Amino acid sequence: MSNSSSRPLSPFLSVYKLEPSMIMSGLHRITGFALTIGLVLLTWWLVAAAAGPDYFAVIQGLLGTWIGKLALFGWTFSIFYHLGTGLRHLAFDTGRCLTKDGIVSSGWTVVVAAVGLTIVAWIIAFIA
Amino acid sequence: MSSKQGTSLVTDLARARGLGASHTGTEHWWEQRLTSIALVPLTLWFIFSIASLAGADYATVKAWLQQPLSATLAIILVAVTFHHAVAGMEVIFEDYIHTKCAKLTAIIAIKFVAVLGAVICILSVLKLALGG
Repeated sequence: MSNSSSRPLSPFLSVYKLEPSMIMSGLHRITGFALTIGLVLLTWWLVAAAAGPDYFAVIQGLLGTWIGKLALFGWTFSIFYHLGTGLRHLAFDTGRCLTKDGIVSSGWTVVVAAVGLTIVAWIIAFIA
Repeated sequence: MSSKQGTSLVTDLARARGLGASHTGTEHWWEQRLTSIALVPLTLWFIFSIASLAGADYATVKAWLQQPLSATLAIILVAVTFHHAVAGMEVIFEDYIHTKCAKLTAIIAIKFVAVLGAVICILSVLKLALGG
């Protein structure tokens, strides 16, 4: 481009170095999308529960396979991650954490909390 | 800039509303925040309840959903979750679908599907809760 000197650029993703805060923002949207798809599973599960023990056994059996467990694991992490980044966005909305350090530290807090809560939920599931 | 008196084509009502060409203001943003606040306790309750029911038999799951508190919270969870999901999907469609017709079709479709899904879920919970 001939006029690329010192003019501000439009926010094309390709011109920026990939930063953790960008990845977190992208993952918030991707997990939100995935959780929306997951609502099909929630609907199916509730319908199966209402349909009776025979049909409920079918979906419980599917969720009990390793693919089912993997999907549920991804679902659990997505929920806790999306919930954490969602709370972080609510904090941003009130003007909090909007410094460079605040963005980095709140980001790591969310990641650690999401991993921690996912592990706690699965420990509860395995004990129960 | 010309003075506001006399020369502006904007009506007084339009200026008072202050919405501009999009015809909407902060309603969508506000609904997204409100539903997200409601979903924090609801989601935590649901995930940890489901986790503690892992491996439970049908009778146990049914008995849990039949409790008035569980049924009430489950119905609220479903309604707010579908509302929140639609608000999010709408933004995704607005950002990534660039044909106006396709964008509008996708937004209308997700709203219809969400209402269908929410009613199916709520009816399922009610059937369990009231069916005995």
